[in-house]
Amino acid sequence: MPWHLTSDRPIYTQLIEQIKLKICSGVYPPGSKLPSVRDLAREASVNPNTMQRALAKLEEDGLLYTQRTSGRYVTEDVDMIKKAKNQLAKEHIQNFLTKMAELGFDYDEILSIISSMAKEMKK
Amino acid sequence: MSIILECKNLTKTFGTKKALDNVNLSIPRGRIIGLLGPNASGKSTFIKLCSGLLTPTKGEILIDDHKPGIETKKIVSYLPERSYLNDWMKVSDIIEFFKDFYDDFNPEKAYDMLVRLGIEPKDRLKTMSKGTKEKVQLILVMSREAKLYLLDEPIGGVDPAARDYILETIIANYNEDATVIISTHIISDIEKILDDVIFIKNGQLVLTKSVDEIREETGKSIDSLFREVFKC
Repeated sequence: MPWHLTSDRPIYTQLIEQIKLKICSGVYPPGSKLPSVRDLAREASVNPNTMQRALAKLEEDGLLYTQRTSGRYVTEDVDMIKKAKNQLAKEHIQNFLTKMAELGFDYDEILSIISSMAKEMKK
Repeated sequence: MSIILECKNLTKTFGTKKALDNVNLSIPRGRIIGLLGPNASGKSTFIKLCSGLLTPTKGEILIDDHKPGIETKKIVSYLPERSYLNDWMKVSDIIEFFKDFYDDFNPEKAYDMLVRLGIEPKDRLKTMSKGTKEKVQLILVMSREAKLYLLDEPIGGVDPAARDYILETIIANYNEDATVIISTHIISDIEKILDDVIFIKNGQLVLTKSVDEIREETGKSIDSLFREVFKC
């Protein structure tokens, strides 16, 4: 999963979002070791200080933890990852609903569009 | 955090023209800093004062607590806006030259980067394009294990792919003791790797701030803020 960063929002916040996404989607599985700050910074083409800050914040939130000598790991707490995942889902749906409301759909119409599209995709 | 570069009331005049006007600035170690300003804003003058090529008209500069001189040249790696290398020399000759000149020069690093950018060490400078010459120069400067890198327009003349590689090199080289100051007006390409920016206009500092703070407060990229501040 490549890194997508735009320049009009703090890089730090975007890094947090994307690392969270990588944890939720299993790119970094529970309990796995993360690459070093330097390697991550290089991969994302960002300043190592910024990457460090983002990782520190995720650690504070509990999604990552540091083992003194051996590096940084993803939490083994699957529930916590699930919570983060649900949180992300909520944010996506919130955005979606706002946009649909702007287009003039009410909730019943939205639900019927979703269920008919879901049926089609299953085929 | 300890300071690597400090300016107090730094002023430089050329005749009646003030190139730098009473600049006060403290730059800590371990940062990547963009020195941004339009043409003729004083960027190169500032960098030349730091590298010791010019002397202040008033005020002072301290680098690692020393005035620019022999001591600071050991720890400052400077990329000038114009090449000073002899055209008839081969890249490998120049590498030997740098090895003699600077204790902190790492030839392996230099050869490594030459390979990555597809430059032949036995080629002479005069056979090279302008962009390739610039790459060679930058490779030499980045192959030193310096405390302060002063890069005057490092990416102006090179193609976007090489630009990416150069920025990657700056990130890969990052260490907590060293600060990199990059002067440029090509902002969109480098803003992702910066910690802080210094905006300079007519020899005066207009803004010194962390880039994420700027994005947070203005919702703008550094590039668009620059276009706004320096609107013609």
